[in-house]
Amino acid sequence: MISALLVMTGLALALGAALGAASVLFKTQGDPLVDKIDAILPQTQCGQCGYPGCKPYATAIAGGEADINQCPPGGDEGVRKLADLLGREYKPLNAEHGVEKPKAVAVIDEATCIGCTLCIQACPVDAIVGAAKQMHTIVTDLCTGCELCVPPCPADCIDMVPVAETVETWKWRYPVFELKPVAAEPAAKEAA
Amino acid sequence: MLRKLFSFNGGVKPDPNKGASTREPIARLPLPPQLIIPLHQHIGGTPRPLVKVGDRVLHGQRIGAADGNVSSAVHAPTSGTVVAIEPRLMPHASGLSSMAVVIEPDGQDQHIEREPFDWHAATPGEVRDYLRDAGVVGLGGAVFPSHLKLAPGKAGGTDTLVLNGAECEPFITCDDMLMRSEAEDILRGALVMQKMLAAKQVLVGVEDNKPEAAAALKAAAAALGHASLDIVVVPTRYPAGGAKQLIRVLTGIEVPHGSRSTDYGVQCFNVATALAVWNALEHGEPLTRRIVTVAGNVERPRNFDVAIGTPIGFVFEHAGLKPDTDKLVMGGPMMGIPLPGVDAPVVKATNCLLASSPALFPPPEPELPCIRCGECARACPADLQPFELYWHSRARNFGRAQEYHLFDCIECGCCAYVCPSHIPLVDYYRYAKSEIWARERDKDAADSARERFEFRNWRAEREKEEKAAKLAARSAAKPAAKPAATDRAPAEGEATATAVEDPKKALIEAAMARAKAQKEAVAAKNTDTLTPAQQAQVEAAEARRKLAADMVATGSGETTSETATADKPTE
Repeated sequence: MISALLVMTGLALALGAALGAASVLFKTQGDPLVDKIDAILPQTQCGQCGYPGCKPYATAIAGGEADINQCPPGGDEGVRKLADLLGREYKPLNAEHGVEKPKAVAVIDEATCIGCTLCIQACPVDAIVGAAKQMHTIVTDLCTGCELCVPPCPADCIDMVPVAETVETWKWRYPVFELKPVAAEPAAKEAA
Repeated sequence: MLRKLFSFNGGVKPDPNKGASTREPIARLPLPPQLIIPLHQHIGGTPRPLVKVGDRVLHGQRIGAADGNVSSAVHAPTSGTVVAIEPRLMPHASGLSSMAVVIEPDGQDQHIEREPFDWHAATPGEVRDYLRDAGVVGLGGAVFPSHLKLAPGKAGGTDTLVLNGAECEPFITCDDMLMRSEAEDILRGALVMQKMLAAKQVLVGVEDNKPEAAAALKAAAAALGHASLDIVVVPTRYPAGGAKQLIRVLTGIEVPHGSRSTDYGVQCFNVATALAVWNALEHGEPLTRRIVTVAGNVERPRNFDVAIGTPIGFVFEHAGLKPDTDKLVMGGPMMGIPLPGVDAPVVKATNCLLASSPALFPPPEPELPCIRCGECARACPADLQPFELYWHSRARNFGRAQEYHLFDCIECGCCAYVCPSHIPLVDYYRYAKSEIWARERDKDAADSARERFEFRNWRAEREKEEKAAKLAARSAAKPAAKPAATDRAPAEGEATATAVEDPKKALIEAAMARAKAQKEAVAAKNTDTLTPAQQAQVEAAEARRKLAADMVATGSGETTSETATADKPTE
């Protein structure tokens, strides 16, 4: 009886110690869920969701503070992916935070730019090059299309230009078999 | 020499239709009124244009320089004037435009001065750079820059160089005709490649429906007398000309998923590429022309030696396009892509121009549901399960499609050829592949944006910290450093003691203390060595200032500070 108790207690202590050691040794750094959510978000850092960047929004979703349908650049597909990841119900994009738009990049009209640096300070990804009283320009490849540089511009010289498809970025269309109106043919013959 | 041949699974036997275009030898197509030479004709970086509008260019002059190592140069195929550098319609399924140099030939065909290049003496690295600048790319259709494939493999070097002369796709005969007429130079090019790769043997694979080509190659091999050179006739079965399939037939090596043939000591080139290498090295001739089969619904199907940049419409004019043509295709009927228009130019990838008519290629029958018969899996030469790929691509379930090795699909079209439900399977795979690539690009862009955003935040944080640290350091160090302020040191010490409790207050106090110390220092500095006359002047000024200060003090309190600051410069 006592030996059995001792064995069980010993086992419990040993396993408890092992678990305790494991929790210290293999401690997860940060919240893996936040990183998973952050990986789905489009990283435009536009703040349309109401949070100052994608990571804070991801943290808010993980913490249950924000809903999954507040990211217009991520679009419908982003909401679906988030719903999949979190095991939640899909819901359409919340129009309060904006609507899904085709990807665009900001372009500075260099002739009108006065070199005030306000857009440089607004750009969350350092995609604008320029200096005080020098013309600014946007590195198109780095621009996420967040539109944060548009409102601060006093000269109103920044336009959002939709990204055009090129031979390299063109995508094959979803195959659709075209249905041809067969009935229209005899009718056309009759008319002739 | 008898060689044991192997076989690949699947494959189909479509009607070869190669007779019509092999009746006559290759004809040199005259120059068109305008040549449209796209800058980006290969896999890799887009070349930078080296010419301006209005420049006169010579035959063989480089007009686009390779952008980085994974790129290739572009050359002018004749002499003439550059009339435009602008986006032009490309021979691409998208129907989109891309940057091209438009040259108006002057008819003189004046060659550029050739820089002699002794490739026998040059190092392999120099030869590779030379080939890159000569614009030599794979002419089998993939247009991968050849110089990148000519480096000996990392693991143990190359054992076998496979020269692909199988040309399995129906209608296409450009390699066949080239092997018949230029067999010796093709093999010479192959021997150069063999030397660069340090390969032990060269196997030239030719399908058995091209006996003339095989005979010509055998005669040329005998004339060259190289023991390591072997011309191997392989059974005709589509797609025997696929690189992995031909390697499997010739060597028995099955290249597994995720590896390259070079990992197994085999490198594969098209026969036309071997000739291009030879022409570039021996004759200093960059790649500016290629053989194009014009077949299908044309009056005179034939192979033409076409200058790259010739509009497709011009080529068809010479072959006599029949009026009932409904569609133009670049490539063969199995893998070809629909052409957006006749203004698109012939590029380095153009092996065949096929005119289609409803009689020749009846319109596809309606797509029916998949009946899971498994015919496609039996026909697949890449040993995939096309029906799985189809279901997942159709359902836009791209992750699952990739699990079934979508990217091992060579888009040969065997599955769609045998499908009893007439499902355009390859269209689904192409759709899925381009969607996956687009996602990949978006993900890369998102990752870089995240990195830049985090760096920016980190930088803002750092700047803030640096500013605070600087101020704190200044508030601590400045009073001690000023010898003129030593008498005030105890008071200063008290101030810094409180600074720890309230940094803001400390900053203000420090600034005030600094201002005081500065004032005293300034006052002490230039009154040390004064002549009596100057002393008198200073005293007079002091008296005036005191008078003024008294007057202001009797007035409003706010102006006191103003005069105090206004006084400063006069001291």
